[in-house]
Amino acid sequence: MPDRLTSTFAQLRSSAPFWSLRYVEETREHLAVRQDTAEPPHLAHDRGAMLTAVSEGGCGYCATSDLSRAGLQAALDRATGWAEATRGVSVHRFDPHAMPAPRGERSAVGETARSRSRAELYDVLAAECQHAKISDAIVERYAALDLWEVEQLYLTNTGGEVRQRFRYAVPHAHVAANRGTDTQTRSFADARQGGLERIARSGFIGSGARLADEALQLLAAPDCPTGTMDLLLMPDQMMLQIHESIGHPLELDRILGDERNYAGASFVTPGMFGTYRYGSTLLDVTYDPTLPAEVASFAFDDDGTPAEKVWLIRKGILERPLGGRLSQLRAGLPGAAAARASGWNRPPIDRMANLNVEPGASALAEMIGAVERGVLMRTNVSWSIDDSRDKFQFGCEWGELIENGRIAGVVKNPNYRGRSATFWRSLRMVGDASTFEVHGTLYCGKGEPNQGIHTGHASPACLFGGVAVFCGERG
Amino acid sequence: MKDAFFALADRLCGEAASGETLLLGLAAERSDFVRFNHAKVRQAGSVTQRFLSVRLVRARRQAAATIALAGGEENLAQDLAAARAALAQVRAALADLPEDPWLLVAEHPESTAAERRGKLPQAEEVVREVVAAAQGRDFVGAYAAGTIHRGFANSLGQRNWHAVDSFNLDWSLYLRGGKAVKSGYAGFEWDAPTLAAKLEGAAAELALVALPSRAIAPGEYRAYLAPRALEELAALLCWGGFSARAHATRQSPLLRMAHGETLSTKITLVENTADGVGPRFQHDGFVKPPAVTLLAAGRLGDPLVSPRSAREYGLATNAANAGESPEALDMAPGALAPGEVVRALDTGLHIGNLWYLNYSDRPAGRITGMTRFATFWVERGRIVAPVDPMRFDDSIYRMLGANLLDLTRNRELLLDTGTYGERSTGTMRLPGALLGALRLTL
Repeated sequence: MPDRLTSTFAQLRSSAPFWSLRYVEETREHLAVRQDTAEPPHLAHDRGAMLTAVSEGGCGYCATSDLSRAGLQAALDRATGWAEATRGVSVHRFDPHAMPAPRGERSAVGETARSRSRAELYDVLAAECQHAKISDAIVERYAALDLWEVEQLYLTNTGGEVRQRFRYAVPHAHVAANRGTDTQTRSFADARQGGLERIARSGFIGSGARLADEALQLLAAPDCPTGTMDLLLMPDQMMLQIHESIGHPLELDRILGDERNYAGASFVTPGMFGTYRYGSTLLDVTYDPTLPAEVASFAFDDDGTPAEKVWLIRKGILERPLGGRLSQLRAGLPGAAAARASGWNRPPIDRMANLNVEPGASALAEMIGAVERGVLMRTNVSWSIDDSRDKFQFGCEWGELIENGRIAGVVKNPNYRGRSATFWRSLRMVGDASTFEVHGTLYCGKGEPNQGIHTGHASPACLFGGVAVFCGERG
Repeated sequence: MKDAFFALADRLCGEAASGETLLLGLAAERSDFVRFNHAKVRQAGSVTQRFLSVRLVRARRQAAATIALAGGEENLAQDLAAARAALAQVRAALADLPEDPWLLVAEHPESTAAERRGKLPQAEEVVREVVAAAQGRDFVGAYAAGTIHRGFANSLGQRNWHAVDSFNLDWSLYLRGGKAVKSGYAGFEWDAPTLAAKLEGAAAELALVALPSRAIAPGEYRAYLAPRALEELAALLCWGGFSARAHATRQSPLLRMAHGETLSTKITLVENTADGVGPRFQHDGFVKPPAVTLLAAGRLGDPLVSPRSAREYGLATNAANAGESPEALDMAPGALAPGEVVRALDTGLHIGNLWYLNYSDRPAGRITGMTRFATFWVERGRIVAPVDPMRFDDSIYRMLGANLLDLTRNRELLLDTGTYGERSTGTMRLPGALLGALRLTL
C-alpha cells in the first residue's frame, strides 16, 4: 500500500502551499483465556490516511479510509478548505514555507506473530490461567496476549518521505481473590515493543500462579498503616508516578492552555524552565523515543520531527517541556519530538513517548535498610490527580511494611497522596541499575477529539520521605 | 450508508456456508472536530470512518475481525473483497478453537430501524459564530458534530439500523489564574441564539468565580453536587457497578450491596434505552428492552447481563453490551426545587463539576476525585466565594446513602462528550444531589 500511496500522492493537487499525508495501517490480534475458557479471537485490520493542508496563517486536516485517488483528493480538498477557513482565527500564524520535509526509515524489531500458531499461543495463555487456580478463593483468572503491527508513511508535497514500522506483543494477566466483602487483585502487563520473544522474556510465564498466590496473601494481610512515613515505590508504580506528576505537567500544550477544557492545564508555567526546582538533586528525567526496548519508540514523531534523547529535569532542575514542533513555535521554548496521534483519524498533539527516571546509586537493600518505618508499594490500581496535575492520590495492589530497615510483611489496600510540586523534592534515594525496569501503559487519554495512546516509562526503585500513606478504607 | 451496508451484508451473508451463522456490524461516522483555545481555533478538521465487524459462528465456535471500509458506491467491489478476506480469515481461525461454552447470539431475527435527522450547519459557519460570540473571552473547548451510523445484519435475515445527526460543543470560560466555569451546548438542531445565551450565562457565573477564593481545610462539609458533578460519580459507578460479571466475580464497587448494604431509598437508577440516543441493538444481535432497573430505592436491582455472561452464569440476557456498562443512565428525581438549592444547602460547598474520579478502595465503594471549575462556598443560603480545587475521598454508601438529603426535582439530559475512537452516543439524565456531608482530604 505505501508504494501505491506514494505515486497517488504525487497526483494530488491543492491551492495550499504545503500539504502532507500521514498513512497508518494496523493489524491486530487479541487472544485471551478466562476461567479456563478460550475467549473468541478478535482480529483487526485498520488503515486510513490523514491529509493536512497549511496555508498562510491557517491549517486544517481531513482523515479518510477511502485511499483511492478520488478519496484522497476529496480529503485534501476538505483539509484545504479548513486551512482557508481558519486563516486569521488560528492560535498560531502557520507558515507553510517553514514546514519540514523529513526523510527517513525505521524497521520493526522482534519475532513476528506468525512464527507460532494461534493454537500454541492459546496453550500458553491457558497454562497461566490454569495455574492460577490454586484456591476456591480465586474468583477470576484471566490471561491475554495482544499482538499488533503498525506501518506508517508520512509524505509532504515538498519531498518529505518517512516510513516506519512497529511491532508489539503485550502479554497481560489478572487474578482476583475474594473473601466476603474483601476482594484483592494482582495483575501483570508487559508493554514494550517487540515480538513473541516478549512472552518468555517478560516474566509472563509463571505469572498466573504468582499472581494468585499474591492475591491470597493480600486477602490474609493486615491493612496498610496510616500516617506520614517513608514510601518506597517499585518501578511498576514509578511508571504511574512519572506519567501523572512529571509527564503530564510538562506537556507544552497543557501549559499553553489547549487542554484546559478536558485533560487540564499544568501547575508548571513557562517561566519555570531553567530555574525551577522540580525535585531533589537526585532526580534526573529524560525523554528518549530512540530506545528500542520501550513501547513508545520511533524515529520520527507524527509531525516528522526526528527523535532524539533530551533531558527534561537534571539534578532536580526543570530544563525543558514536552512539546512538539508547533508548541515550541507557539511558546518560544525548546521541546522534543513529541507530536503524536493515536491513529490515522486523529491529529497529532503533544504527548509523552518514553519518559524515564535515570538510575541512581542505591541498591534495593540499601534503600530498605534506610527506612525506619515506611511502606513499599508496587503495581498501580487507583489513580487520580487534579486538572493542573498537582494534588494526586494513588493506590497500589501490593504493599509491604518496612520497619527498622527490614521488610515486616505484606499489607493490603496501600494508598498515598501528595502534591507534584513538592513530592519529588522528598526523593531521598534512587535505585541503581539493578533495580531499573522498563514499563509502559497503553491507555493514556487526552485531547479533543479524545485520543488514547501508549507511553513508555522506565525507572529504578525510588525512596521518598515524609509521605501521607493510608489504607484504602480507613485512611 | 444504510443501503451500502445492507447491500454488502446481503452479498456476504449469502456466502455463509451450511451450519455457519454470520454476524456483521457497522460503526461509521462523518464528523467535524474543531478545538478552540483563547477564543481562536487550535485544530480544525473532518473525519470519515467506517468499520465493519465480521463474526462467524460454526459448530459452537466463533471468531471475529474488524476492518476499515473505504465506503462509497465506487469502492463497493473493493470493500466486498476486503470483507470476504476477513470472512476467510475468521473461518480459518475457527479451526484452532475449542467449543465456546459461553457462545450466545440472537437466533430469532428482530429487525429495527431508527433515524434521527438534525439541523447541523456547516462547521465553518459554527466556527465563525463561536469565534464571534466568544470575542473578548478566554474560551476553550471543542466542537464535534455530524452523523453517526450503526448497523447490524446476520445471515438469519435480521437487519438493524441506527443513524443520528448531533452536535456537542463542550467548552469553558477562564479567568487569569486558572479559575473557570464549564458549560456546554449539545443537541440535534443548532441554534446560534441559544449558544449566545449560554455564553452570557457562563460569563455571569464567571463574575462569581472572579471573587477572592475561600481557603477550605480538609474535613467534612455539606455539599451540593450539580448534575454535571453527579455525572462523574455515576460514570465511575458504570465501571463495574452494574455488570453481572463484576458482581459474579466479586469485583463490583457495589459488592457490599450484595451483602446487605444499601444506598438511600431516594436512589433509583434505570438503564433507559427507550429515551437514549444510542442504538437499541448490540453486536450479538439482541434488541435491548426499553428499560432495566439497576438500583431500586437504594437496593440492587437487575444487573446488565451480556449474552456471554448469560451463558456463563445461567442468567437471562438483557442485551447488554460486552462491557455491561449503561449507555442511557437515568436517575430518578427528588423533591428539591431548583430555586431552593442554595437555600437548602445553607452553609457548605456548591460543586459544579468533579474530575478524575477513581476507586480508592473498590470493594468498599470508596471513591476519590477532585472538584473542578466552578465550586463555591455558600454561607447561610448565599454564594460568598469560589473555592480552589479540593480532593474528596468518601464512600458511595455515605454520599448516596446516609448523607444524601435530597435530589433535585429537575434533571439534566447530558450527552456524553466522549470521542475515543468514535463519537459516543451515551447519555445520562440526572438531578442534582444535596449531601449532608462530603469528606475533603487535600
